[in-house]
Amino acid sequence: MGEVSNQGLQGGGFDLTQFYAVFFEEAGENLANMESLLLDIDVAQPGDEELNAVFRVAHSIKGGAATFGFSDVTTLTHELETLLDRVRKHELNLTSVMVDVLLEAGDVLRAQLARHQGTTDAVPDTTDLIHRIKVLAAGQQIQGAAAVPAAAPNPAPAAAAAPAAAVPVAPPLPDGMRRLYVRVGPLTDASVADDLTGLFRDIPTLGTIEAADDGKLDAESKRKFLVTTASPDSELVELFSFHVSREQIHIEAAVAAPPAPAAAAPAAAAESDDSFGFFVDPASLPPARNAPGMPQNGGNAGAANAGAGNAASAKGAAARGEKAANLDSNTLRVSVERVDQLINLVGELVITQAMLTQQVKDLDPAQFRGLLAGVTDLERNTRHLQEAVMSIRMIPMSFVFNRFPRLIRDLAAKLDKKIELKMVGEATELDKGLIEKIIDPLTHLVRNSADHGLESPEKRLAAGKSETGTVTLSASHQGGSILIEVKDDGAGLRRDKILSKARERGLAVRDDMTDPEVWALIWEAGFSTADQVSDVSGRGVGMDVVRRNIAALGGTVELDSTEGKGTRVCVRLPLTLAIMDGMSIGVGDETYILPLASVIESFQIEPGMIQTVGSNGRVVKVRDEYMPVVALADEFGVPRLTEENGKLAPGILVIVEADGKRLAAIVDELLGQHQIVVKNLESNYRRVRDISGATILGDGHVALIIDVSSLVKRARH
Amino acid sequence: MHSILAVDDSASMRQMVAFTLKGAGYNVIEAADGQEALDKARGETVDLVLTDQNMPRMDGITLVQNLRGLATYASTPILILTTESSDEMKQKGRAAGATGWLVKPFDPSKLLDVVRKVIR
Repeated sequence: MGEVSNQGLQGGGFDLTQFYAVFFEEAGENLANMESLLLDIDVAQPGDEELNAVFRVAHSIKGGAATFGFSDVTTLTHELETLLDRVRKHELNLTSVMVDVLLEAGDVLRAQLARHQGTTDAVPDTTDLIHRIKVLAAGQQIQGAAAVPAAAPNPAPAAAAAPAAAVPVAPPLPDGMRRLYVRVGPLTDASVADDLTGLFRDIPTLGTIEAADDGKLDAESKRKFLVTTASPDSELVELFSFHVSREQIHIEAAVAAPPAPAAAAPAAAAESDDSFGFFVDPASLPPARNAPGMPQNGGNAGAANAGAGNAASAKGAAARGEKAANLDSNTLRVSVERVDQLINLVGELVITQAMLTQQVKDLDPAQFRGLLAGVTDLERNTRHLQEAVMSIRMIPMSFVFNRFPRLIRDLAAKLDKKIELKMVGEATELDKGLIEKIIDPLTHLVRNSADHGLESPEKRLAAGKSETGTVTLSASHQGGSILIEVKDDGAGLRRDKILSKARERGLAVRDDMTDPEVWALIWEAGFSTADQVSDVSGRGVGMDVVRRNIAALGGTVELDSTEGKGTRVCVRLPLTLAIMDGMSIGVGDETYILPLASVIESFQIEPGMIQTVGSNGRVVKVRDEYMPVVALADEFGVPRLTEENGKLAPGILVIVEADGKRLAAIVDELLGQHQIVVKNLESNYRRVRDISGATILGDGHVALIIDVSSLVKRARH
Repeated sequence: MHSILAVDDSASMRQMVAFTLKGAGYNVIEAADGQEALDKARGETVDLVLTDQNMPRMDGITLVQNLRGLATYASTPILILTTESSDEMKQKGRAAGATGWLVKPFDPSKLLDVVRKVIR
């Protein structure tokens, strides 16, 4: 983003692009705010405060969009503002149809903003939406097909999509197309730039390009082209950089005037316009308090030549370091890459510190008192630094939870159910990388609860429950992990249905299986895709996918259900993927790491404990449970440790668990528990079976981290 | 250096106004709504107040009325920045004691243009 040289729309010589980031962020917050207000609003008796707040969102976005030249956003928010203004003045009564349309408009605005940010090329079609808003604002009912919500973003830039109320700012362009001046240089040879023309010949969908100069370099050794395109600046820069370096590319909009909304007075340049005015003659105003120290270029106020002077003063401001970003002094926007770089460096530091600690541990405390005290301090400070750095990546769960009120509302309407959503612990923080990946599985679980878990109002009443079902989402910290719960007070799972379904699928089941064992069946791949199960007995599709996704994040998922009372799904995740608690184990001469979360217990192997089944299968009975035994030395092809008498060491059994299934691993030694910094093996080497990553030990050796889930799965099949 | 109190609930608008004015050599005090502006105004004297109209907690017109009640702001120029330029709005602004209005959207040069007509 930072490399794109985008001059954007010019505000009379000012570069307004520097304010875009704040505008996008602010508009995003405003839209989220509007959505939650709309979801909470009592349609029958909306509060004045809420109505004003929703109005203000539309108003505020419109103001910014108009200032920064995003005409499609301005047009849509203008229509919203008109409708909301009438509602807040009680000229119109709020209806649920209006709320639906407003929510839809919020989605479309998000899509429009995303396009301006360059994150998507899809141009939302707003014709129908704007029409419906206008109809509502006129106090009429939406009729027929128009009431069906249109799909938000429409990837095909339809020429007819130009909103009726849009004010053309230039010769009309097909919707989504922009006219840009691209300046290239400084160059030593003018013909280099002609290669850009070739790009447009080779890629017809890119648009058109024509030289906007005489084919020679200008005074700054630059060439100038006029480009008509639907592609974002970033894409253009990407393509142009085949021929010229990124620094040589300068893109600016060919249309300079910011479009004004239809209702607002056009921001014309004429002095006698309607865009400002005084109730009192400014000449009659008392002179300013301290006449000396006038702004340097305050002499001329003519709009025509103010531009150049202002540009100069804006540059002066920039030179003084008054960067726009500094204006909001409480937050700092930093790219994720820079934070990750910091985390990596701290990871290296942790390793170095561990090596130092190891090196000095045998030194004489009397002789090396200062050094040892220093190393102890280093250890503490490193740990604090690591925690502080990791916390930068932490974001609150509300980031995920915020999307659910809308989902539940839509589902309730679609399924004809009454659903209340409760959310607890939204402030609980989780690593950004995990947050992004947990959205899909959680959405799946919430959808399942609403769709398959909760009963219809009639069934609930018949069962003696309240008409409204409740879905509860909660998040909390538990030790080094985060616990996310999705709970419903619906019908619960029916074990008889699950058992019969399992039999149908040829799974080995018994009638005397415990409830947890029965519930575990629904995590089986493909088990629940059959619609009969989801229709009759409860939850539905792709629970195995949910479990796999969560396992991929190093997490676990458990389900608990009571027939007639409801279902609870518990997701447990590590706080971060970069650091974990590990148990180092010795296998032969090698050291491996087992994730501590998967280790259940360990004990010395006694003669006769391990029984052989079949040809080469071995099992052990631990607390009345038989589980497969795997010798890690055989698994990883490492020679077993031998004792002095040449016999194999007796070994230790470590019971590990993944996905609710256990396995006994034979190891030679337990070496200790410690925090490890996880390094990706795939990106440094390649994928290795049963290994999830690697870490660097205190003595500088590399230890591989065992993928318990994969080990258990293979041993069990 | 002349001081300007810039009041707008939109951070991006506030930033644009502040950046423009600072670039032209003015000292800028920012406030996110009428109430915050009034609180800040009590501790400062400024040469000009630029205020948005529609804001949470306290709107622009109410801010003007309140400022006019402060002795130090009796004759300070106050401009209302608004998306509406209707006669009704002008009437309200005049009645509250505002000096003038500027219609949004405006570009930075327009803003400076108008500011310089007031602060001379």
